[in-house]
Amino acid sequence: MGNRNPVHEHQQEDAAPVGWFHWFVAGVRAAFSLPTVILMGGFIGFASLAREADLSLLQVVLMTVFIWALPSIVVLTSALSTGVGLFAAAIAVALSSIRLMPMAMALMPVLRDGHRTPRWQLLAMSHFVAVTAWVFAMRTLPELPRPARVPYLAGFVCLVNTSVALVTAIAYLLVPQLPEIVAGALVMLTPVYFLLSMLSATRQVSDQLAMGFGLVLGPLFHLWAPGGDLLLSGIVGGSMAYGLARLLRRRRV
Amino acid sequence: MTAVDVQATWWWPYLMIFVAGWLATDIWRWIGVLAAGRLHEESELLTWVRAVATALIASIIARLILFPDGPLGQTPLFLRVSAAVIGFACFKLSRNNLLFGVGAAEAVLIGGWLILM
Repeated sequence: MGNRNPVHEHQQEDAAPVGWFHWFVAGVRAAFSLPTVILMGGFIGFASLAREADLSLLQVVLMTVFIWALPSIVVLTSALSTGVGLFAAAIAVALSSIRLMPMAMALMPVLRDGHRTPRWQLLAMSHFVAVTAWVFAMRTLPELPRPARVPYLAGFVCLVNTSVALVTAIAYLLVPQLPEIVAGALVMLTPVYFLLSMLSATRQVSDQLAMGFGLVLGPLFHLWAPGGDLLLSGIVGGSMAYGLARLLRRRRV
Repeated sequence: MTAVDVQATWWWPYLMIFVAGWLATDIWRWIGVLAAGRLHEESELLTWVRAVATALIASIIARLILFPDGPLGQTPLFLRVSAAVIGFACFKLSRNNLLFGVGAAEAVLIGGWLILM
C-alpha cells in the first residue's frame, strides 16, 4: 500500500470501511443480472459454431476464458477450421481486437483509485475488457467510492466469466438445435442491450454525440469499407463528436 | 516437420489459442492500460478516446441490427428497427429500466416474427 499521495488524501478516505471482500461479493451479486444472460446468449451461438468446426470441449472453454471477446473468438475459430498459419491467424485476431485498446484506456481512470491501485491489478482487470463488461463498468463504477471499484468489478467479471464458460460448455455438449425464432431472439438481445445500457452510461455531451455518430456512420462505413468499418466509424465518429462537443462548450463559456 | 505435420499435432490448436487468440487479443488491452498511464479522467485525450470507444460500440450496435447474421437476417429490416425503437421508448418511459426496455424490444421482434413469417 504505502505510496499515499497527498492530492488524493481527501478522496473519501473512510468511504470503504467494509473492505475488499465486501465489495467483491457486491460485484458477484451484481453479476446475477441481465448482462450475464445476454452474454450467455452470444456464447451459445459460439458453442454451435465450435461444434461445426470440430473443436474439443477443452478448446472451447479455454477460448472462452482466455480470449474473452466474441469477435476474436469467432475469427480464431474460422482460422482453426481452415488451417491458417499461426502468424496469419494472430494478425487476423489482432485486427479484430484493436477496438479493445481505446476501451481499456477509457476505463482505467474510472477504475483506479488514484495512485493507490497497483498497475498489475489494472493489467489483470483489463483482460475482462469486452463490450458487455465495459458498458457495465462505465455505467456503475462512477457511483461507487474509488477503493471499491477494483474489487467490485473483479467480483462481477469472476462470476460472469465462469458462468458464461459453464453455459458455453453445456451448450457445446447438448448442441441445442434451437428453433430459428429462439436463435434469432437471442441474437437480437445483444444489440438492444448494448444500445440501452450505453445510453445510460453516456453522461457527457461528447459521448452522447459519439453514440449518435457511431449509429449513423457504422452502417455507412460497413457498406463502403467492409472490414475496416468498425475502426473507421470509431475514429471518425468519435473525433467528430469530440470536436463538436468542444465547440459547443466554448460557445457556452 | 512440415507445416501440415505441425498442424496435425495435438498441441497445435492450443498454441493457436494461446498465441493467436489470447496474446493477440490481450496485447491491445495491456497497451490500453499502459497508454492510459496516469492520465486524468477529465483530460482532453481521454475524452477523445472515450468518444472513439463509444462511437465504435455504437457502430457495432447498428451493424448487428441492420446487417445481422444467421436466422435474424431473415426478418424484415423494419421489424428489427421498430423493435429497437420501441425498446428504446419503453426504456425511457420506464425511467431507464433495462429489463423493461429489452423485454419490450424482444416482444416486438417475436410478435412480429410470428405474425409475418
